[in-house]
Amino acid sequence: MSAVVDTHAHGHGHDDHHGGYGGIMRWITTTNHKDIGTMYLWFSFIMFMVGGVMALVIRAELFSPGLQIVDPDFFNQMTTMHGLIMVFGAIMPAFVGFANWLIPMQIGAPDMAFARMNNWSFWILPFAGALLIISFFTPGGAPGVGWTLYAPLTVQMGVGMDLTIFAVHLLGMSSIMGSINIVTTILNLRAPGMTLMRMPLFCWTWLITGYLLIAVMPVLAGAVTMTLTDRHFGTSFFNAAGGGDPVLYQHIFWFFGHPEVYIIALPAFGVVSQVIPAFSRKPLFGYASMVYATSAIAILSFIVWAHHMYTVGMPVTGQLFFMYATTLIAVPTGVKVFNWVATMWKGSLTFETPMLFACGFLFLFTLGGFTGLVLSLVPIDIQLHDTYYVVAHFHYVMVAGALFAAFAGVYFWLPKWTGKMYDEKLGQIHFWLTMIFFNVTFFVQHFAGLAGMPRRIPDYPLMFETWNKISSIGAFGFGLSQLLFLYVVLKCIRSGAKAPEKPWEGADSLEWTHLPTPVPYHTFDPQPDLR
Amino acid sequence: MLKKLMLGVLGVALCGLAMAAEWNLQPAASKLAADIHWLHEAVMVLVIVLFVGVFGFMFWSCYAHRKSVGHPASQFHENTTVEILWTVIPGIILVAIAWPVTKVVISQKDTSNPDLTIKVTGMQWKWGYDYLKGEGEGISFVSTLSTPRDQIEGRAPKGEHYLLEVDNEMVVPVGRKVRVLTTAADVVHSWWMPVFGAKQDAIPGFIRDAWFRADKTGTYRSQCVELCGKEHGFMPIVVRVVPQEDYSKWVGEKKALAAKSADDENKAYTLDQLKVRGEKVYAANCVACHQASGKGVPPAFPPLDGSKVVLGPKGAQIDTVLNGVVKSGMPTAMAAFGKQLNNVELAAVITFTRNNWGNKTGEVIQPADIKARRK
Repeated sequence: MSAVVDTHAHGHGHDDHHGGYGGIMRWITTTNHKDIGTMYLWFSFIMFMVGGVMALVIRAELFSPGLQIVDPDFFNQMTTMHGLIMVFGAIMPAFVGFANWLIPMQIGAPDMAFARMNNWSFWILPFAGALLIISFFTPGGAPGVGWTLYAPLTVQMGVGMDLTIFAVHLLGMSSIMGSINIVTTILNLRAPGMTLMRMPLFCWTWLITGYLLIAVMPVLAGAVTMTLTDRHFGTSFFNAAGGGDPVLYQHIFWFFGHPEVYIIALPAFGVVSQVIPAFSRKPLFGYASMVYATSAIAILSFIVWAHHMYTVGMPVTGQLFFMYATTLIAVPTGVKVFNWVATMWKGSLTFETPMLFACGFLFLFTLGGFTGLVLSLVPIDIQLHDTYYVVAHFHYVMVAGALFAAFAGVYFWLPKWTGKMYDEKLGQIHFWLTMIFFNVTFFVQHFAGLAGMPRRIPDYPLMFETWNKISSIGAFGFGLSQLLFLYVVLKCIRSGAKAPEKPWEGADSLEWTHLPTPVPYHTFDPQPDLR
Repeated sequence: MLKKLMLGVLGVALCGLAMAAEWNLQPAASKLAADIHWLHEAVMVLVIVLFVGVFGFMFWSCYAHRKSVGHPASQFHENTTVEILWTVIPGIILVAIAWPVTKVVISQKDTSNPDLTIKVTGMQWKWGYDYLKGEGEGISFVSTLSTPRDQIEGRAPKGEHYLLEVDNEMVVPVGRKVRVLTTAADVVHSWWMPVFGAKQDAIPGFIRDAWFRADKTGTYRSQCVELCGKEHGFMPIVVRVVPQEDYSKWVGEKKALAAKSADDENKAYTLDQLKVRGEKVYAANCVACHQASGKGVPPAFPPLDGSKVVLGPKGAQIDTVLNGVVKSGMPTAMAAFGKQLNNVELAAVITFTRNNWGNKTGEVIQPADIKARRK
């Protein structure tokens, strides 16, 4: 074992490792990938709580038919901001946090390629998040247009819409810089002997995600900029009266929006591909085919966007093309699921919390994938488009997919990051509560959608009452369970038992095999030789 | 305490059973919808079989290959045959699905040779129906939610068709092919009738189409399904399918009614006549934004009580109501009512706002005033 141990890490204060700054200035000025990763993760957790409270406002209003708690305008603001904050504030930064922490350690690099830009990419985020929150306090409140920001409804909104547009610009800048950094780090800073096809799958999924981000975030920036000029400078990109077309907005948005789904999902695949082999004590079944499947998914994601728009009235050839292309994605996605199951097959399985969340991910993400297949078929989608079925579908992919994978990752790497173990019992309770309440919340929404309940409505006909009641009860249970997660993490950091050098028997990437636990502040300087 | 809790849980479970019928697609009332529902069921069966198959493996592994039962870890990985099989077989399944689906897609898109063509216009927040071609040509009306605000705000018990009832239903004959042209006056809406398998976005400035042929009489209900602003949840769609002879009768009545009740816009009305009429027009068109109190929901929806426009010169207010408010070339939530309401209705609602709440101008706006300002 050619461990490069930072001998300063133990016994000394940390001050001599971060340019002499202590306290808050340490965090503001840091260029250390681990500090920045930590900040990303905490930021995303705070946003997860903010977005979660908004979800609970929505579910509280929907507990009974009639208007009880909020007026329809505020309800729309809640659905809009819940979506934007969860997608851009919670899930994306969470995985950038993982990337910051893990990619340098997994490829044997001392830090990210552009350490100062890394600091900047993070510190843009709190300002973007603040803009979104401030928009609630402007005249007219936050925009009530849905996270998709469809034109021309956006033109009717107040100044909160402009703040949201600027927030999206900032979030996009942050993402683009973050992904340039990740791609550059992976391509240039690998330790000698760490060939691309030896990289842990998490690095691979992020390399591909990085390219997706660089390709599509500018497209989103373009779409919201066109909205901005339509609002204020008399352009008519999306206004038929001036020669524009509202549907153009949808095309541009979803050209960003569909790859975005995989921007969220691919790093989650990466995390799960680290966790499942570790707890199966068995190598990933098909490493190369996983890499190819991930690339295939990424490429296909660029030619399926209009399946979000089957009902806008496109020609029949358009519908057929996008339907065939969309169903095609089931093939590489299937390859991934089969690979994970084959990895578990005849392993020597244990079910600590990370593995529980990975299995939960596998089970529920696949369920969401199957409802995705159902929705990819034009005639069925026309029945289900913009109903709660779609809401259920994408929460299976986003929450049971991405969020479960993020939980798996946090529990998996917490001992490495902090040098302490989390409370295994509480972790498992957190998993089961999350698993049960997630399904209580979202499974019934399939039924509401099939029966015809439209999404984004603050009040509903009486026949949908049962499902909404169950869903609301589940949502509150789900939300409260996440406080347990916070407690488990804080308890681990403050008073967790000391973690063993290698807490997970089957983990085999560099951060486990070549670095001590807890991992020192500076690692892999000089780089290890892996030839 | 525990007993109460258990009773509560039981209650919820029972009420779930009572509503158990509402868990699947609504029963089809057209062949197209029946085809779609058949496809859905076929795909669901396939999906469930695959799901059980794949996760049968996973759960068997979780059960039998545990470390705690002493299962040793094999170290096998990669098997080209298996990997080719699990790529090719799903591909074949997809092609098998694609074939029947494609047939339905093509028939769903075939809007040719309709018996009846109806233009549906989405407006914030109601639907306009214009019978363009076929029997009933020329019929035109606006369809608005008829559920009282008291039910929505919890001051009255909710009726059977809460949020799914309108003042004017769209009426079509059974067994005839109806082509629906959709468009919108302000933002994107979406017209949906699940029992017919017809859903089509209504895009402002563009015409799109869908079709249905109802094979059962009855009253069918649905809602707007594209977020279109504040009252998105309150613009239902109701279609009444009737036998051919009833349809002809309805067309006759509708036409006679239109001829008889045409408001006489050359007449001079009294303040009280206009106020009574205006209150009704206000309740149908204005109350969602400007509120019954006239206080609005500022700043998005400004108050009318004490408003400078309402209390100012009548010409400016008439223009606002006729043409809507346009900011930097784009329409705002204040829609143009010139095409939706006739001169008497406009005169009535404007007179009402100028003489209600704290507004006491005592002015009477006559239909002739409106006529004069129409361009």
